Amino acid sequence: MSPQRRAVSLVVNGQRHALEVVVHHTLLDVLRNDLDLTGTKECCAEGECGACTVWMDGVAVNSCLVLAVEADGRQITTIEGLSREGSLSPVQQAFLEEGAVQCGFCIPGMVMSAAYLLQNNPAPSEEEIREGLSGNLCRCAGYKRIIAAVQRAAEEGRR
Amino acid sequence: MTNVGASAGRVGGLDRVTGRQRYMADIRLEDALHVKLVTLPCARARIVGVDTSRAWQVPGVRAVFTAADLPDPMPRYGVHYDDRPVLAVGETKFHGEPVAAVAADTLDAAQKAAALVGVDYEELPAVLDVRTALDPAAPLVVDPELRPDDPLAHTNVRREFRYTWGDPDSAAADLVIENTYTFPMVTHFAIEPHAFAVAVDETGVTVWSAIQHPYILQRVMARVLGLPWSKVRVIAPDPGGAFGGKGYPKFEPLLAYMAMATGRPCRLVLTLEETFQAVRRNNAEVRIRTGFAADGSLRFQDIEADFLMGAYVDISARVISKSSHLAAGPYRTPHARILARAIHSHTPPSTAMRGFGTPQFTWALEQQMDEAARRLGIDRLEIRLRNLARKGEEVVPGDTPADGDWVESVQKAAAAIGWGEPLPEGRGRGLAVGIKSSATAGAAYSILRFLYDGSVFVLVGTSDMGQGARTILTQIVADELGVPPESVNVVMGDTAAAPFDYSTSASRSTVFMGGSVLRGCADLKDQVRRIGARLQGCEPDQIEIERGIVRFPGGEERSIVEVVQEGLGPVGGELIAVGTMRGEADPTHPIGGRPWFYEFNCTAVELEVDRKTGEVLIHKHVTVADVGKAINPLQVESQDEGAAVMGLGHTLMEHLVLDEHGRIVNLGALDYRIPTTKDVPLQLESIIVENGDGPGPYGAKGVGEGGLLCVAAAVASAVNEATGAVVRDLPLTPERIWRAMREVTPSGASPR
Repeated sequence: MSPQRRAVSLVVNGQRHALEVVVHHTLLDVLRNDLDLTGTKECCAEGECGACTVWMDGVAVNSCLVLAVEADGRQITTIEGLSREGSLSPVQQAFLEEGAVQCGFCIPGMVMSAAYLLQNNPAPSEEEIREGLSGNLCRCAGYKRIIAAVQRAAEEGRR
Repeated sequence: MTNVGASAGRVGGLDRVTGRQRYMADIRLEDALHVKLVTLPCARARIVGVDTSRAWQVPGVRAVFTAADLPDPMPRYGVHYDDRPVLAVGETKFHGEPVAAVAADTLDAAQKAAALVGVDYEELPAVLDVRTALDPAAPLVVDPELRPDDPLAHTNVRREFRYTWGDPDSAAADLVIENTYTFPMVTHFAIEPHAFAVAVDETGVTVWSAIQHPYILQRVMARVLGLPWSKVRVIAPDPGGAFGGKGYPKFEPLLAYMAMATGRPCRLVLTLEETFQAVRRNNAEVRIRTGFAADGSLRFQDIEADFLMGAYVDISARVISKSSHLAAGPYRTPHARILARAIHSHTPPSTAMRGFGTPQFTWALEQQMDEAARRLGIDRLEIRLRNLARKGEEVVPGDTPADGDWVESVQKAAAAIGWGEPLPEGRGRGLAVGIKSSATAGAAYSILRFLYDGSVFVLVGTSDMGQGARTILTQIVADELGVPPESVNVVMGDTAAAPFDYSTSASRSTVFMGGSVLRGCADLKDQVRRIGARLQGCEPDQIEIERGIVRFPGGEERSIVEVVQEGLGPVGGELIAVGTMRGEADPTHPIGGRPWFYEFNCTAVELEVDRKTGEVLIHKHVTVADVGKAINPLQVESQDEGAAVMGLGHTLMEHLVLDEHGRIVNLGALDYRIPTTKDVPLQLESIIVENGDGPGPYGAKGVGEGGLLCVAAAVASAVNEATGAVVRDLPLTPERIWRAMREVTPSGASPR
């Protein structure tokens, strides 16, 4: 009576993984437990908090709402894949410089949402940033600094 | 000073933006079993029988624990009262209390088996609110046999706290205002749910827990398990937010018994829903009768508060005793009578939460000030300035006097919000103050290891849960020893490595642990002076050390590291210094000692209310904190901003709602809303007042809770100015405001 499994192929941060996943496991489960990519966090497990935000084929998703089997054949980018060879992405850099990090638990998801926002809208207004990050909860509520960080990253990107 | 006073970058920030920071749930333990709790769909039930046979049939199940698998009598534990059973025995006391637990090779197996544990139970009437709890006919939440020699054992009241000064009964007043205010049941909602693991081997028990106070957990575990403290090692990874909710032991004792039974480490990561059921803030009803003279000066306060603390005491008795002692606020109050009750109910236990009981009182007290201002025709700012204690004046007789220029804070807030300036149509401004007692006693030890290459290990038992304690301690050490901050390594979260720290609570870490580390640095410099004296043939007190430079009597200057290396010689070694900071308890003081400092805050807002829907839009929110000295201004501002937003949560939207079975209806992130980027004020400004008048390093006071204390009252004040509506129950939902607006009489006064 062992759980039903299925073979999936995921490309995570550019690296291909052939996995036998339990069919009811989410992409979040597989990233964290099968691939030990624990930068992606679990909080509400119902798509409300955004802590588990990753990109699937370049689109930001709550990985707790995606079954691993649905991600078969997709390109996944996690927080671990955002900084390459030790150099931070502009959003990560801006989060540090603006002091947007407190406890840090929401930050990987927040960074993934922010970077996704800037990819699609390189010069967002403050209102657009608030809208774009409204699915990511921060209880330390560093929202003001987080918004400032996204603005800074946007400015850097325009230089 | 180059580091202290500067907004140094957060130590640990890089790991947090890259996802490398390992929180409790990110830590793998070899061969660990996954634990799932079994609970009932109601608050209070008699457990008739538990059938574990089907659960055992799930492959991979290694343990199915019920009360019968634990020692008899059931071990009970808690921080001040040993009242909480490891598993429910005989009867459940709140929705979410486990009656059984499963440990299995995989989480899937544990979940499946937990669902197959058959519990035969009979639901019993539950006590869910203050009124029911105080009814003499109400069922008793706690078995009186567990409260021997307690005169209140046959009631649901655990403790009553009474403080009186002056003569409130005969104090004359021109205006007496009497109202009841309610503060809702809210929850911490740290984004990191609670997570724990326990492993047992011949060296003892190792506990991993995202906990604020590792030493309290060590003590409680040792007591439950009958072990010497040295055989309990607590590893406390940096919590992903705590806010008071991660202070005290939860399921660690259960995991220890399961680990002992299975011989394997046991790990439990709560869901967010289970986290909501674990702990919360005390909800409260505050009845308050206030007397004023015609000029607005306070004559007396008569305050009666009922705090519904839930099934077990946790730290609530302290929350209530301490906050009620300062219930009359930061004012000169000639006469006062305060009674606060700590009441049991069949609801999840309450614990500490940012503000520690003070927001409940502040909500009531500050609205009384507003009503007096309205009825006496005095400006709301003016009535506060008239009554605020000036520096050095008593707020509670015999207690720590006012320790800051609070008028300055209030005036800064008023100026920043444009108090008295013409208001745009449909808007209102509000202003309120809040005050919280700091820690009254405690002990913080630190070990500084000055290594041969000039870098420094700092071993402390403080937890960095987002407040940035690592950063502050790094800044202090870097300045005191003249070493680059990058070469300071603050090691936390392991009771086997770091010495005792009382707790990471009450905004104490900068004052207590900062003070401890400062003393450790002084000890280190003394050691260097002695080495220098030996090397140069002079007296230690002839040597000066400033920012890492050792100045000898002849004028020669050398760096600390040169002196240390020469002193230690070719064999090498290191210097080890100990910092000790103690604040002794005072058993004669009503709350066990005078507060070391007060957190004083003034919050002012400007907002508009949608007259059709009752929705509030905050245009500007100003929070002013009197911090003594901001060792890291960015961190001070960030914490105050965070406190402000958390305050807006209970002000505008947060409220745990119970159904008739005592279940939380809005259990989880979907239905329990906290502020998002779209809910925060359009403009949020944090102002720091620094007069160097705190007891901490460089004159610092603690920060981080103040910004939450009076948010609700400031918002309610502004809502009143905008609409005339008076609401005395939180949260100020659009519906409540809308209804209150409809009750407003043409004169603008509420008929209530």
